[in-house]
Amino acid sequence: MEHFATLAALTLAAGTPLVFAALGELVAERSGVLNLGVEGMMLVGAVVSFIVTATTRHPWLGVAAGVTAGAAMALAFGVLTLSLMANQVASGLALSLFGVGLSAFIGLDYVSAVVEGIKPLAIPQVSDIPVVGRLLFAHSPFVYLFHTRAGLIVRAVGESPASAHAIGYSVARIRYLCVIFGGACAGLGGAYMAVAYTPLWTEGMTAGRGWIALALVVFATWKPWRALGGAYLFGGVTLAQFQAQAMGSEIPSQLLSMLPYIATIVVLTLISRDAIAIRLNAPASLGKPFHPDA
Amino acid sequence: MRLRLEARPQPSRSMAWLSPLLAILATIVVGFLLFSSLGRNPSQALYVFFVKPVETLYGIGELLLKASPLMLCAIGLAAGYRANVWNIGAEGQLTLGAICGGGVALALEGVGTGAVLLPLMLVAGAVGGMAWAAIPAWLRNRCNANEILVSLMLVYVATLLLSLLVQGPWRDPEGFNFPQSRMFADAALLPVLLPGTRLNFGLVIALAAVALGWIFVRRSLTGFQMRVAGLAPAAANYAGISMQRTVWLGMLIGGAAAGIAGVGEAAGPIGQLLPSMSPGYGFAAIIVAFVGRLHPFGILLASLLMSLLYLGGESAQIGLALPSAVTGLFQGALLFFLLAADVLVNFRLRIVRDSSIAGAAHAAKAGI
Amino acid sequence: MSAPPVALTRPRLQLSGIAKAYPGVVANDRIDLCVMPGEIHAVLGENGAGKSTLMKIIYGVVKPDAGTIRWDGELVTIANPGDARALGIGMVFQHFSLFESLTVGDNIALALDASEAKHGLDARISEVSARYGLAVEPRRRVHSLSAGERQRVEIVRCLLQKPRLLIMDEPTSVLTPQAVDKLFETLRRLKSEGCSILYISHKLDEIRALCERATVLRSGRVSGTCDPRTESPSSLARMMTGADLPHPRHRQTSQRGDGALLVKRLSLKADDPFGTDLVDVELAVRSGQIVGIAGVSGNGQTELLAALSGERPVDDPAAIELNGVAAGRLDAAQRRALGLAFVPEERLGRGAVPEMSLVENALLTAHRQGMTHRGFVRLDAARAYARAVIGQFQVKAAGAYAAARSLSGGNLQKFIVGREVLQGPRVLIAAQPTWGVDIGASALIRQALIDLRDEGVAVLVVSEELEELFEVCDAIAVIARGRLSPPKPTHETNVEEVGLLMSRPFGAEPRTGNAHAEPIDAP
Repeated sequence: MEHFATLAALTLAAGTPLVFAALGELVAERSGVLNLGVEGMMLVGAVVSFIVTATTRHPWLGVAAGVTAGAAMALAFGVLTLSLMANQVASGLALSLFGVGLSAFIGLDYVSAVVEGIKPLAIPQVSDIPVVGRLLFAHSPFVYLFHTRAGLIVRAVGESPASAHAIGYSVARIRYLCVIFGGACAGLGGAYMAVAYTPLWTEGMTAGRGWIALALVVFATWKPWRALGGAYLFGGVTLAQFQAQAMGSEIPSQLLSMLPYIATIVVLTLISRDAIAIRLNAPASLGKPFHPDA
Repeated sequence: MRLRLEARPQPSRSMAWLSPLLAILATIVVGFLLFSSLGRNPSQALYVFFVKPVETLYGIGELLLKASPLMLCAIGLAAGYRANVWNIGAEGQLTLGAICGGGVALALEGVGTGAVLLPLMLVAGAVGGMAWAAIPAWLRNRCNANEILVSLMLVYVATLLLSLLVQGPWRDPEGFNFPQSRMFADAALLPVLLPGTRLNFGLVIALAAVALGWIFVRRSLTGFQMRVAGLAPAAANYAGISMQRTVWLGMLIGGAAAGIAGVGEAAGPIGQLLPSMSPGYGFAAIIVAFVGRLHPFGILLASLLMSLLYLGGESAQIGLALPSAVTGLFQGALLFFLLAADVLVNFRLRIVRDSSIAGAAHAAKAGI
Repeated sequence: MSAPPVALTRPRLQLSGIAKAYPGVVANDRIDLCVMPGEIHAVLGENGAGKSTLMKIIYGVVKPDAGTIRWDGELVTIANPGDARALGIGMVFQHFSLFESLTVGDNIALALDASEAKHGLDARISEVSARYGLAVEPRRRVHSLSAGERQRVEIVRCLLQKPRLLIMDEPTSVLTPQAVDKLFETLRRLKSEGCSILYISHKLDEIRALCERATVLRSGRVSGTCDPRTESPSSLARMMTGADLPHPRHRQTSQRGDGALLVKRLSLKADDPFGTDLVDVELAVRSGQIVGIAGVSGNGQTELLAALSGERPVDDPAAIELNGVAAGRLDAAQRRALGLAFVPEERLGRGAVPEMSLVENALLTAHRQGMTHRGFVRLDAARAYARAVIGQFQVKAAGAYAAARSLSGGNLQKFIVGREVLQGPRVLIAAQPTWGVDIGASALIRQALIDLRDEGVAVLVVSEELEELFEVCDAIAVIARGRLSPPKPTHETNVEEVGLLMSRPFGAEPRTGNAHAEPIDAP
């Protein structure tokens, strides 16, 4: 029983960075903006939070810095795609490539540094950062998107920016807010990895989690609860692979390490087959720039 | 008073050529600021970064050597990008090319295949790259799966596959347990073009790809139809241009080119299989393709620039004690600035004055 | 022309000297407009005359470059639609401003202020809809509504804000003739309550039936004001265009060949979950004949056209026969090789690639006209073809290398029609061939269709404009809820009969309780 509880806690811990990143991206996509830069924003969030934690010895200050860094990256993406009408796919790729380069550059001196990370909270076993995180963040996009007026406006903008503009909403402002929220969440996911989950910094430490988060949004058909479930499912897959390696399995470690990536491809494919579900749930304006010609 | 974007009736041709130059300029300015903030003499640093690496013949050889895989990958990727087929897994396809080409070299060692060996390796590499690119193409056509995510996930899988091979069955028995294969035989190495440098035949292949790419884009009906599919999918469907065929072509051309580039690395400067066959050429090629405006000659120039950034990073590490990771930073910044400058191709900036009767409105509203 | 009435009442809305220029176009040039309380005021003009821009200025969507707006005599600036609503201005858009995946209630709430949207909204919706006879169901999702139902949602949304000026932008283009009468009742009722209405249209009959004043725009300027009830359609048309209405020349032809386009028992499930399924469609278009298909948009036209053009091949090869060949499974390119040409409804992005030049857009569908050699493009041939189209169809463009998006709607449509016609098709399908096109270009396009018919081509025209169909077609069929009525010779039918078929589909069982889920407009 205790073993089970530990496993559950570990699964939650492994899935939490994905929860943050996926839910943030989900809100951005609901407003109609596809930000492929999640991986870059997570990495910058991770490295900044780690550096601030290492220099100030205050992990929570580090987390705040990581969140801010992710939001700042997203702001740059917003300027490109929302103000300058650049292609969202290309700009997202640029953000990811830039984030990989930037995090490697500024994190170089901290690669072998050791920090006092955030400890699991006082309640034993299952209760860990992820629980608090879930309460704070994971639940709220659900409530926010589907039970508040602000959420209704976000969904309306993602559905038809032209209509939203015509009845008087500022499409650009709403999209900026959603994109920045997405960046802050990605930064939080990165910070969680660097100062709570591992806690350490290595180049490219997110290992594709930003991209998996993007796949999770599709997998979830843009519904927050499903993204949450998907993220912890992946947490479980990651964990199973570590466990198998630790138990000295006969299977080469590389094959086990492929599992999360192959699983991503499989679930993405399965859900995408259902064209109708995608059409009914995907924000209709996703990825398309909107320029009110006024 | 504020700035306003105004759509141009026609895309500006001069801005299309000017915006990459603006982006390069902005990147250099960032470099200037970065180097001064790190306490280096900025002009000295820029010299070490951008000029010193190409002062010697050997340096120029290195420039062209590194430009070749970038050029090749970017030409292949551009074929897809023009058609809105987003293959971002060239790094994985390059790795598969290296595995297949290298596998042929290792398997046929000492069999006496002679002059056929290299062409065989190149074909195997192209097939490997295409096979890896075929997965996202097939999944997109069959199941509508997003090719961006699938091709990227396969990069991680390809890297792990290579690592599995060089640590397991293909490990050099005399290699002190290092994760690497045996060195290739001489017949499996690309001939050096310029004595005294490492520049090899890969450059000729890359230049041929540029020429073929130009003919394909500018002159062939298929190239035209792929551009239509990228610009206006509904128009392509209306004109009877098959989207499935476009996806297949876009992905497979990219896969083949990256696969050949992988063989070029294995049979060129590396000469064996290592756990990592490229310093991110497959990703840098995405930037090359955009900075080159998806145009073959633009890509030729952009690949030289990107190669210089790699050399500059190495040179900065030695000459300025700066981390070579600065290369990635510059690459990302360059693409960023390019996308920003591109706004001027389709829009023009205009300064507008806000009308000053707003006060009257509030007064009027207050009266209601 | 009569002078504005000298009355004690102030004008509700008074515009003076409104100007707005876009790069290359002056959309509004010193426009004056005066609307009295309780007046139904028409703004009349051709496409591109500047009506929509003017309405967007009044509603705060577009900012004018110059000019003043007075509301109840007070000078105001309307910076955004929120300002307009605060003044009491409501607008019903031509291409609705609704959100497909949201419910009717959410759509209405979005347009209201946060405080208004909260309390008892559903009750207020029912109250307004009962009072004006505008049935809406707050819990339905918009994508399941017909065009007429959507319009009712838009109107209810405006009325909830108790407007004192209601702007209606081309409101009847999506309605059956019977539904138009119903709309007019609602508008007259609003007028009797003191609400002013700005009614934008290019349909002269409607304006003469409904409005008591009209301001006519031509090329961005006011070309006159009048009382439309005392004018004739031709005098109004002269004010709109500065010329008389053109009438197409019909030549009587006797050469009728074998059926060129045959559709047999075509049933098709829509790709789009918001689309309409086709049910047992039967149709024959013979050479030397123009058949028209009337219907309110969203009743299966999109699906039928995609099936006919080959953009969406169908499973049964025999369901569609082109010049004697079973063509159901052929794709669009293969059908073109059999002699089919197609003018789609959307010009930019479907009929033409916006960013590409006219030369490249000629290549798009006409490359079989000797523009390729062993898979390579012969640019000189494409250029010559584009120039021929520009010359013969009077396309106004900055040369053959002008980008498609730089052309006006009418000129681009002339180019697309010309590109298809010059390929010498045996069957031509045209969807909404003159939608949003000025009168001159419309006349040229209709004449081109008639000339093709006279040369023995089989022509199918799908249109929402009954006037157009009665002008050019030899026979008219009606599509409603995915079913097609048998074509009837034009001289044996009339607008009322066609209108009834639009609302009561051919062969469908009488409406039951759940039939409202289908796109249809009850009269």
